[in-house]
Amino acid sequence: MTTAMASETPLVVKDLQVYYHTRRGPVKAVDGVSFELKRGERLGLVGESGSGKSTIALALMMAHKEPARIEGGSILLNGSNLLEDNDEQVRLRRLSEIAMVPQGALNSLNPVMRIRDQVIDGLKDHNVRMSDGEFSQRVAELLESVGLDRDVASRFPHELSGGMKQRVAIAIAISMNPSVIIADEPTSALDVVVQKQVVQTLREVQERIGAAAIMIGHDMGLMAQFASRIGIMYGGKIAEIGPVADIFKNPKHPYTQLLISSLPDTRSKRRLEGIPGLPPSLLRPPPGCIFHTRCPEAMEVCMQEIPATRELDENRFAACHLYGDEDGREVAL
Amino acid sequence: MTTEQAERSAVQSDSEPLLRAEGVSKTFVSGTFRKQYTRALDTVTFSVPEAPPTITAVAGESGSGKTTLARTVLGLVEPTSGDVIYRGTNLAEMSRAQRAEFRREVQVIFQDPFESYNPFYKVDHVLRTPIRRYNMASSKSEADDIVVDALRTVGLRPEETLGRHPHQLSGGQRQRVMVARAVMLKPKIIVADEPVSMVDASLRATILETLRAMNRDLGISILYITHDLTTAYQIAENIIVLYKGRVAEAGSVDSVINDPKHPYTELLVSSIPQPDPETQWGREQEAREDEEMDLKGCNFYDRCAYRMDECTAADPPVYRTGDHRITRCYRFADSPVHLAPDLRSVFADRVAS
Repeated sequence: MTTAMASETPLVVKDLQVYYHTRRGPVKAVDGVSFELKRGERLGLVGESGSGKSTIALALMMAHKEPARIEGGSILLNGSNLLEDNDEQVRLRRLSEIAMVPQGALNSLNPVMRIRDQVIDGLKDHNVRMSDGEFSQRVAELLESVGLDRDVASRFPHELSGGMKQRVAIAIAISMNPSVIIADEPTSALDVVVQKQVVQTLREVQERIGAAAIMIGHDMGLMAQFASRIGIMYGGKIAEIGPVADIFKNPKHPYTQLLISSLPDTRSKRRLEGIPGLPPSLLRPPPGCIFHTRCPEAMEVCMQEIPATRELDENRFAACHLYGDEDGREVAL
Repeated sequence: MTTEQAERSAVQSDSEPLLRAEGVSKTFVSGTFRKQYTRALDTVTFSVPEAPPTITAVAGESGSGKTTLARTVLGLVEPTSGDVIYRGTNLAEMSRAQRAEFRREVQVIFQDPFESYNPFYKVDHVLRTPIRRYNMASSKSEADDIVVDALRTVGLRPEETLGRHPHQLSGGQRQRVMVARAVMLKPKIIVADEPVSMVDASLRATILETLRAMNRDLGISILYITHDLTTAYQIAENIIVLYKGRVAEAGSVDSVINDPKHPYTELLVSSIPQPDPETQWGREQEAREDEEMDLKGCNFYDRCAYRMDECTAADPPVYRTGDHRITRCYRFADSPVHLAPDLRSVFADRVAS
């Protein structure tokens, strides 16, 4: 087993491109996405359906399937490029270095296997050798670390509530202390009370093991509660990325601005305004900036040139023609 | 208030409401040999006034009975006991003609706009069918006008919508076509069952604003069924919080959501993920869930952070805990018991906006 180095920047994604190959041509679901994750950091990747956020999650796990193909870029996990690994190497790095909490744990657990065996399965698959007693001890520790009773180990998935199943999925994801945890809409089927408990649990275990985490979703409320940094995806690209407080208080990209102002809260009643227009076709994306068809600030140049990503402030990047050289330097992908 | 106004409002509150649920219970039976009984609704009483047009939210988690309540007032589910009364006529006793009128005046919008469409028909078909069924137009051009008007009302451009198949529209557009279809029939009330839970955040606001405009400009009352207290707060005047089929708390959204009294409402409100990184979730307000308990008392006992011995003795009565609020919880035993089962005297009128 290759032990992962405890790298300070466990994940570096550079110019990642993932296309779905259809009969009518390639759909550029992820089109040149770059970001880094530091130890202990929690990144929220936000976007509407079709923005490419879930495709990124699949690609990071190397779990994308035909007709999706990674066309370019690199995924440096603890310093070594996942895209250069063979299938067996990738299999061993999953769970031990990068692990996923799936969207519906309801369907990801095996219905005819006891929880204990499902947790141990992952460990055995990664050549962890222990006595039966030690395995049971490890399972008990993991279950307790996500707020479950240790006797959940002997139960079947159908005996557990949705929230408990999602906790089991978290326990499995952290069973080998990965350096990156990916959670793809981990609470989409859960009630609001359970959602809070599951997200708080995820945050606690992530902090305890010092992993970096990516949460994928469209609920800005959840992101505000979970993430330390937020990346806003639009049409397969990152429109803007920055610390969570800055994104909410001072969004730079017009799409982020519209998104933030469309969010209802329970403090004041106001006219609710959505974002006009439709998400772009990724099969025939509009020329220039992919958001220009819906952008209230669109200019001539937006219809012709793809905007460069600029560093507008410390740790704040946005790709928009509203900003020029005087606002921040261009960053190479 | 002048005498005349006072009289009119007295008449109004005594007059028959538009829609009334009277002690509605629904028990589902499952299993062939060992029958299992699930009480989805337990003596729920509320009403929606004929005037002024209001938006009433029904909120709760899965299993709260909110969807069963929606289906019961629509006449899709027959109550085990209790009555649903539409403009003075019991749903169970309606004549064919009354039933047809009810079907037209009470419209519904479901959660998943994909499911309510046949993918082979164009959008036009969805909109033309009711015109034919209810003989709403005497000519083709009149029918066209009705369709175009309805689409414009919900903020869709007819030229971008008509002639298309459902899959060529976004989820938000499809849901708005459903609103257009409902509006076209000039209903008195629309039952909207989680209309935005499958729609992206950016489109959610547009659909909710459309519903609000239907209420404000066309005088259509709305029963908004949701698990999301935030959107309920934004569009409704009043809210009914259901827990395991029972009304836990009800009243104006401002009192219920800004100052929740029932421990369950408190738990729901504190679990809302506020879209503000500076307002972090508070600490846990829930007792650790024990094994399913079969108790005579309060049905929230097993999850309640404030539970007391008396809670297990009998189901708590409903207390009047404010001008515009009732709460079913022994913690408010100092408040007067609210005897009138109807919520008419509790609900707040629409605040002029």
